[in-house]
Amino acid sequence: MTVSAATDRAATTSPMLVAEGLTFGYGRDAVLRDVDLTVAPREFVALVGPNGSGKSTLLQLLLGRLEPWSGSVRLFGGRPERLRDRGRLGYVPQRPSLASEVPATVEELVESGRLTDGRWWRPFGRGDRDAVAHALESVGLAELARRPLNELSGGQQQRAFIARAFASSPSLLVLDEPIAGVDQGSQRRFRDALLHEIREHGAGVLLVSHELSAVAHDVDRVVVLKGSVVFDGSPAELASSGVSLGIHAEDLPLWLEELR
Amino acid sequence: MTRALAAGLPYPFELGFMQRALLAALCVGVFAPLIGTFLVQKRLSLIGDGIGHVAFAGVGAGVLLGVAELWVALAFAIAGAVGVEWLRRRRRASGDVALAILFYSGIALGVVLLSRADGLDGQVLSYLFGAPLTVTRSEVASIVALAVGVVAVVVALRRPLFSVVTDDDWSRVAGLPVDALNALLAVVTAVAVVAAMRIVGILLVAAMMVLPVATAQLLARSFAGTLRIAIGVGLVTSVAGLAASRFWGLAPGGTIVLLAAVVFAVASIARRALARSPVRAAA
Repeated sequence: MTVSAATDRAATTSPMLVAEGLTFGYGRDAVLRDVDLTVAPREFVALVGPNGSGKSTLLQLLLGRLEPWSGSVRLFGGRPERLRDRGRLGYVPQRPSLASEVPATVEELVESGRLTDGRWWRPFGRGDRDAVAHALESVGLAELARRPLNELSGGQQQRAFIARAFASSPSLLVLDEPIAGVDQGSQRRFRDALLHEIREHGAGVLLVSHELSAVAHDVDRVVVLKGSVVFDGSPAELASSGVSLGIHAEDLPLWLEELR
Repeated sequence: MTRALAAGLPYPFELGFMQRALLAALCVGVFAPLIGTFLVQKRLSLIGDGIGHVAFAGVGAGVLLGVAELWVALAFAIAGAVGVEWLRRRRRASGDVALAILFYSGIALGVVLLSRADGLDGQVLSYLFGAPLTVTRSEVASIVALAVGVVAVVVALRRPLFSVVTDDDWSRVAGLPVDALNALLAVVTAVAVVAAMRIVGILLVAAMMVLPVATAQLLARSFAGTLRIAIGVGLVTSVAGLAASRFWGLAPGGTIVLLAAVVFAVASIARRALARSPVRAAA
């Protein structure tokens, strides 16, 4: 594995997420083999890989929703499924499977993000309302707070889901394809919000995405997954092997395709 | 409580039995749509009906054993509600097959138990179609108590319940006790069904959990707004339906539900008209 400046820095502040030697599969076939991954505070890690490379499975393992065959995951120093204050983890699922029979506003969705501290039964206080307002502001949705979600564009909806993850002021953000099919304006706002969380609040970010062009200059480390980790290093190192994240936006997806 | 109300109420609510019916109907008008909003969001609109069928089996068992039917029905309804959640979670049966199993075994068991007790008479009709005018003082007290409990629980836990019925997957990662909250909603639904069964009847109780919500969905622009409008519709149709049933000598349960259906029809026509006009009303 390549050791980069970013991983050196990660070693100085203890990582929030450490996966070591993860192996997992469905039935008898291993989907992931001996995967290592760390995310430290203030670190922006992008996880990329072709379709079927095991990205989603890896995320499920990291979140403690699947049990690895071998290897271990430590989330904030403990087993992920044991984490009590889930608010330390901000999760943005891929294409959220939201029930929308009954109209709900952006604000009502984001309020859910305040229920993650393990005390979901307590009444809402001023701190909760302030945190919700702040989260909405940070993704540029403050003016749309009272609008029903189903009247929003895809990009605006995606920002609402990100605001829900921000609402608990998480130390670690895990985002699964958050910018897939989102317009340019929303991508820019998304990038700004993410960098704000990293720089102002010291959050670490694990971003799973095909489309890294919006954040190409901001990513500290790229981890390329294809069953196992085939690359782990800075974008510059990736570039030196002839693959660019952003300058030619198609480079990365094309290269990933060739990896298959 | 009814005595305090009795003082100044005009026709058609000037008599004691009408006041008891009114109080019970008002309770149903509040808690049925309140719970129904969460059930509709969860795409389980028919669960109330399924639980009603199981409650009917409880009525049968109560008659056969000679104990208070209301409480036996409650025990059956809670068992049925938890059973459906269990079937759904284990994916032993899909949502609607699980419901169908509940519907049919419940109603069949009820009929068999009642026939054994020679209880297939007018009293049974009162459970099937509701008989608010014959509700006793102690029944009203039970309904009010159950209603207060249901409303308190749902209002206090509206945010976690909203999260769970709206985004199950995220709620699990967020550490919410998704299975426990689903089970709680099922139990609360069972309590509501049993509390409402003497008013609108087992066959119609689910209607008051769904029809006012269907109206509110058309008009509201938020979840809280949907709750408010659904409860408003529930209250108005309960009172108006009860009054109309006395004016014209109609079956009260059926009249209340029919009114709720008419309100839905009017709301959907009004919404179409509004959508066509350039200015959209905000609810």
